[in-house]
Amino acid sequence: MPLEQKITAIIIAVSIFFLIIELVRRRKLREEYSWLWLLTGTILLVLTLEYQLLVWITGLIGAAAPTSTLFFFAIIFLILVCIQFSIRISKLTDHVKNLSQELTILKTTRKEN
Amino acid sequence: MVSDTLVIIPAYNEEKAISGVVSSIRKLYPEMDIVVVNDGSSDETVVKAEDAGAIVLSHSFNMGYGIALQTGYKYAFRRGYRFVVQIDGDGQHDPTGIKTVLDRVKDGYADIVLGSRFLSDDSYKPSLLRLTGIRFFRFLIRFLSGKVITDPTTGFQAMNRNVLNVFIQDFFPVDYPDADVVILLSGLGFKISEAPVLMRPNLGGKSMHSNPMRVLYYIFKMTLSMFLTKIRKYSIPGN
Repeated sequence: MPLEQKITAIIIAVSIFFLIIELVRRRKLREEYSWLWLLTGTILLVLTLEYQLLVWITGLIGAAAPTSTLFFFAIIFLILVCIQFSIRISKLTDHVKNLSQELTILKTTRKEN
Repeated sequence: MVSDTLVIIPAYNEEKAISGVVSSIRKLYPEMDIVVVNDGSSDETVVKAEDAGAIVLSHSFNMGYGIALQTGYKYAFRRGYRFVVQIDGDGQHDPTGIKTVLDRVKDGYADIVLGSRFLSDDSYKPSLLRLTGIRFFRFLIRFLSGKVITDPTTGFQAMNRNVLNVFIQDFFPVDYPDADVVILLSGLGFKISEAPVLMRPNLGGKSMHSNPMRVLYYIFKMTLSMFLTKIRKYSIPGN
């Protein structure tokens, strides 16, 4: 792995890591969402530092080049995040529905009494 | 509360039809309570419905037909009604059919009765395309539940409190509740039946069936939902 590539990857991984920690600290991001992002940052960092590990995984999954392994995992990660969001949105939609129905019924019952 | 029966009318921008629907139900069945669930209408639906003598439940914003229905069910359940009839607010359903569907529930003949346009000779005949869709879902219902339901997309229904207790749960499919509800109820052991009702063609013409993407989505959602409903396990809290 060329040195420039390594430095770029380390900077990105460390930045993601600190951005997430900072967002959680400022309460802009809830802890429950942070773990997947932190995990990604960590994996990225480990794979950059331990190039042999990346080569080994590349052989394991049958990829042609270490770079494709990185892209492969990046895409898998994005898919997982999207699924997590879809689950949350479904749940939130359900909550909004129940709250609105509750409010609707309360408005009318209050008028009746 | 004097009455034991509540008529639920979901309505979204129905200022032209809602007065007529509410007043004809009041005239035919003065003993029943009527609730109009206004699904965030931007027109005069609320005023027209109140003037006609209905109780109005108003959503703060538009959430869809199925959610409006469920708001009505929740209201009915909490107020202790024993029977519920649901009828569309656009004037397509002839209110004289209320007695037809309700009597079969009150007699204990079924827990839920669906009003079918196909069992009535005078009802309008849907377009060939729509009929094909209806036949497809008829087949699926028969395949998955063994039940013969001629009009799986009907919004004209009567039910008792036990069915109501199922419909107020979070698993009620608020996203177009139709044929999958039949699978759900039949899996839970409820008695489902049909009765002939008169339906007129929609004159307003703002049906969801005019948008081809929606129709495709509907077919997809309903097919998936029917199969999943079949394999899911449901538990209902007691009354």
